[in-house]
Amino acid sequence: MNNTNLVSVIKDGRRQRRRRWMIVNALLVVLACILSFAMLMLGSTIYPVQDVMRSLMGESLNGVSFAVNTIRLPRLVAGLFAGLAFGIAGNTFQTMLRNPLANPDILGITAGSSVAALFCILILHTSNMAVSIASVIAGLITAVLIFVFSKGKSFSVGRLILVGIGIQAMLSAMISYLLMVGAQEDIPTALRWLSGSLNGAQMPALLPMIITVLLCAPIVIVLGKHLSILELGEQSATSLGLNTSLTRLLLILSSVFMVAIATSATGPIAFVAFLSGPIAKRLVGVGYSNVIPAGLVGVNLVLAADLIGQFAFEVRYPVGIITGLLGAPYLLYLLIRMNRKGSL
Amino acid sequence: MYLPKHFTKVLVISLVLLCICMLASLALGSRLVVWDELIAGLFHPEIESYGASVVRERIPRTVFSLFCGAALGISGALMQSVTRNPIADPSILGVNTGAALFVVCGIAFLNISTASHYIWLAIVGAMLTAIFVYGIGSMGRAGATPLKLVLAGAATSAALSSLVSAIMLSRSYVMDQFRFWQVGSVGSANWNAILTFLPFLVIGIVLAIMSASALNALALGDDVATGQGVRTGILRIVAAFAGVILCGAATALAGPIAFVGLLATHVIRLILGPDLRFVIPMSAISGAIILTISDVSGRLIGSPGELEAGVVTAFIGAPLLIVLAIKMKVRSL
Repeated sequence: MNNTNLVSVIKDGRRQRRRRWMIVNALLVVLACILSFAMLMLGSTIYPVQDVMRSLMGESLNGVSFAVNTIRLPRLVAGLFAGLAFGIAGNTFQTMLRNPLANPDILGITAGSSVAALFCILILHTSNMAVSIASVIAGLITAVLIFVFSKGKSFSVGRLILVGIGIQAMLSAMISYLLMVGAQEDIPTALRWLSGSLNGAQMPALLPMIITVLLCAPIVIVLGKHLSILELGEQSATSLGLNTSLTRLLLILSSVFMVAIATSATGPIAFVAFLSGPIAKRLVGVGYSNVIPAGLVGVNLVLAADLIGQFAFEVRYPVGIITGLLGAPYLLYLLIRMNRKGSL
Repeated sequence: MYLPKHFTKVLVISLVLLCICMLASLALGSRLVVWDELIAGLFHPEIESYGASVVRERIPRTVFSLFCGAALGISGALMQSVTRNPIADPSILGVNTGAALFVVCGIAFLNISTASHYIWLAIVGAMLTAIFVYGIGSMGRAGATPLKLVLAGAATSAALSSLVSAIMLSRSYVMDQFRFWQVGSVGSANWNAILTFLPFLVIGIVLAIMSASALNALALGDDVATGQGVRTGILRIVAAFAGVILCGAATALAGPIAFVGLLATHVIRLILGPDLRFVIPMSAISGAIILTISDVSGRLIGSPGELEAGVVTAFIGAPLLIVLAIKMKVRSL
């Protein structure tokens, strides 16, 4: 095989991968749009598409406008941004640490945010703003603690996970305690929040999350190219001319910010951060940045799970219960597969 | 018989500590009891005073926390040696969550509300979860490494707790019972609960002591143990059964109390070395001491209410887990 031939084969492969990436993303966007419309249309009364469109445009229709603009739209927006935040952030952790198990759920970062938010909800009865700020700070502190403790002589993901689980044990003891001392009438709210729920979302309360995601997601997307270099390992990345520590810091900071703020807004929606990355990778294959697909998968997961939770059962379940029930078997399957391959 | 260095010293000191703990548990709390009241409450049932009746109220609690701590301590020692894994503890292996799921199902679907029924459900749940977690954790070539076991436990816990919340969310009466149970406390103990617990404790302890010297052989590796005439399969089953019974029964009555098994055995192992014939009984004593101290300090810290023992042990135990993780040679990937 001569040289020109080889180049054309490589180019061909690249074009194919690029086409696949584009198609997958387009399909994910279409699916997200369908789910979004379903979320706006479905409810105790079902409205046709044209009514939904007209009330979204600002026309005031009797009944429709209130249901769509004040109740269903905030719910949809909460789901969209939380899904994006969890998906992108989870994927960043998994790619950077080169282990699908190393995600904010397992490492205990979401638990850190949860403790702070619960404390604000149950004990201090503070405003939504204070809840967001407290949970972002707590999430950051938890992340820093985990990284500091697991540094040791040489960094190892295994140790990071163990330390994370240890810290999480402490945090969940705190959660249990908060749930016990909380006033009886606050408990259902707290528990609903804890399992991750889009219920009662209101536009003003969602603002911090929207702003944070709009700021942080582009950073991660831009650095996403470096992310795939980081995936090759520290040494290769450095030798390819990447300022690894700065890139890492930026990526981790924006991811933790997104996870924490999304947690404060919707509660820790279980396993979205964990599932999105691997699913996206399956869909787009290797070679192209996984950041955007992961975010889109996150959005689809949250919206679909919320629709299932709202309408599939007699009782309305919050979205986190559905993602938890879907995600947990996958987590176990992944563990079994990793154990079989001996990659743990 | 060979005795580890310092054994008598350690035994005497820990027995003294145990007595101090018992007295502290009887005397300290939101109302302090003076010596006379303590004596009156313990030995003179005919004397009626406020202090004396406070002491009488605290007796079952103290007894229960001693029993529970002992059970959790032994259970930790057994699980660590069966899995040959320094960070095995009922709570880390997800066994507590398994027990919790079954208890919640019992409350929700079978209308169970008495301790004697809880206990069976919790034991069954604990046992199934233990088998499941160990099964997943020991797959693959290297067998059950600490990291694999812990991850399998954490994943299983996560899976089971989403089931728990799915069951609980639509039933507020379950939630009301469950949130007091799930924090892990010895405060609600009464003589009935202790009587229910006692047979499980005795069976567990007898099995544990009987299997101690065989477990010592197992620590040298399966081949060596088989060479010494130990039937490793049966031994594992018996020892794990004892461990699960002990922690399942304790969890049923007190709620999930984490890390006592981890703390108790590591302290003892550090001082006495690895011989299980000594580690098992001493872990029982140190477990009892740790749980009672946690309960008493929770009462003092949280006064006039109380901080539940489960919260206190998590705060002492989790740092130990972190230290062990830092020290341990974990394969990076």
